[in-house]
Parts: sequence; structure tokens; C-alpha cells
Amino acid sequence: MSANSMTAGGENLDVFYDLDEHEHPEGYSTMLGFWMYLMSDCLIFAMLFATYGVLGHSYAGGPGPRQLFELPLVALNTAMLLFSSITYGFAMLAMNQNKVAQTQIWLFVTALFGAAFLTIELTEFASLIHEGATPQRSAFLSSFFTLVGTHGLHVTFGLVWLFTLMVQIGRKGLIQANRRRLMCLSLFWHFLDVIWIGVFTFVYLMGMLR
Amino acid sequence: MTTQDGAPAHSHGQDVAHGHDDRHGDGASHGTYGSYLLGFGLSVVLTAIPFWLVMTHVLPNQATGYVIMAFAAIQIIVHMILFLHMDNKSEGGWNMMALVFTLVVLIITLSGSLWVMYNMNTNMMPMSVEDMRQMP
Repeated sequence: MSANSMTAGGENLDVFYDLDEHEHPEGYSTMLGFWMYLMSDCLIFAMLFATYGVLGHSYAGGPGPRQLFELPLVALNTAMLLFSSITYGFAMLAMNQNKVAQTQIWLFVTALFGAAFLTIELTEFASLIHEGATPQRSAFLSSFFTLVGTHGLHVTFGLVWLFTLMVQIGRKGLIQANRRRLMCLSLFWHFLDVIWIGVFTFVYLMGMLR
Repeated sequence: MTTQDGAPAHSHGQDVAHGHDDRHGDGASHGTYGSYLLGFGLSVVLTAIPFWLVMTHVLPNQATGYVIMAFAAIQIIVHMILFLHMDNKSEGGWNMMALVFTLVVLIITLSGSLWVMYNMNTNMMPMSVEDMRQMP
């Protein structure tokens, strides 16, 4: 430990300068760092929401939200994401109790709900494009596809990450590093659900009110 | 007070502070079955009511708009506390600091963009259909 003691101006004040870097346990700052990443991701979505807010009324003579959106489908999608959120929560609780099999099962259920969400969203996109409501049709549709598509892309990568972790846990068990990764993914997954609250409220529900 | 040597004081200091059974030294709380179920129940209610309001047109459109925005705000807070386990102690308060900073930037960009672009739209010179067709 390098702590230099000095005497300042006659008084016997001990001042310590810490010159060496501390030994930190591996990954001790990962959770804070990951939170910073999530906050910057949040800003990306803020920009996309702002873009949608500005362009969302420019239909260029094309179809508007009322003709395009099907609320029952959106409600089903919301339910899928909400279920996947709570099942991920159960996976984390199983992890805290060191139950490997139970953790894996809950992770798998989470993945199923996540995949169901993506399937429904892609079906919706496909039917929109089939009706001619492509991203090129109007500024409203461009910003809609960008915002909702970016969210869907996040869910896709979340799923890839989820399966990766299931393999990792299968091979190494619930070691410290895997616990940390699971906690990061937990933040990511719940964060995506928070973004979805904004999407279904401002894009779908508010769109139907116009 | 001398400088401590080594890391334990860093990573475990916060664990003691909020009395959790933290074996991972991450300084974040984890929740229980009860808190997850509570969060889920609240979310279901807070999601179902806005959908019901919009689908049945019980209220006038503008009122529905305000109500569903309020519900979204409440649901985001519920998720933050019960699912993301936000509190002002995790990571020694830095999580909350980052969140507050993000919210400030978020509010400025959102309200600023909408405000500026609304004004530009309103104050733009009227354009004829022929002019519009000439636009790139």
C-alpha cells in the first residue's frame, strides 16, 4: 500500500495519497456499467419516440393508425412480454436459491414467451407490408417501423443472449460469472418491457384515439 | 482514517446498508416471489384498463389520452421498483444519479423536439399542392 504521509505547515496533518490501483474483485463494477449502457439505450429510444412524435401525423395520404393497427393483437403481444418478464423474475429467484434446473426451466419459459412476442410482431409487420403499408409509404410508417423494429431487434438479441446463457449454465453451472451475466440480462429484459409500455401507450393506443 | 487496503470495503459496503442477503457482492436487491407477483398483478391491471378504455370508448378521446398516459407513467414506476429493483441505495446511489440524468436529457429532447417541430409546422409558409409535388 503506498500511502505517503506529509507534514503540512508545522501542524501534524497526515495526508494520504493512494497511488496504486486497488485490487477489485472480478466484475465488481459490471452492474453499474451495464446500467449506464441501459441508460444510453434509453436515450436511443427517446430519440426514436421523439421522431415518431414529430412524424407520426404525416400520412402522405396513406393509411393511418386506425386503419392499420389491431388492438387485440397488440394486447396479446403485451401479455407475452409481461409473462416473460415475470418468468425471468422467477428464474432469478431460482438462481438466488442455487437451483440450477429450476433456473434453466424458467429461462426456457421466458425464451418461449419472448419468441411468441417476436412471432406476433413479425406477423403484424408482414400483414402491414402485405397491405402496402411499407416503411417507404409515409413518414408515419417509416418512424413506426424504426421505433417498433428497434425494440423488436433488442428482444431478438435478448433471446440470443438468453440461449447463450442457458448453454453457459448447462456447461459451467451457476458460477459467479454466470450469475452476474444473468443479472445483466435481467436488467436488459425488464428494461425492454419498460420501453414496450411506452410503445403500446404512445404508438398503438394513442394512435387509435386520433 | 487511513486508506483501506484492498477491495472488500468497496463491494460489500452497500450490502450491509440495506440488509439484504446478498451473496454476490453486487450491491443490488433482488426481490421475492411476493414482490414479483405484486409487480405482475399491478402491471396487468395498469395495462388492461388503458386497453379497455381505448377499445370501448367510455371516455371522450382527449380524456382517454390523459388517463392512459398517467397509467403508463405509473406502470413504468412500478416496473422500475419491482422488476428493475431501483432504489436510491443500489450501487451507492449512482444508479439513481444516472437515471435522473437520463430523465432530464429525455424530457428536454422529447419536449424540445415536439415543441420546435410543432412551431415550425404551424409557422411554415402555406404551400400549394403544385409546390408540394415539386418538392424533392
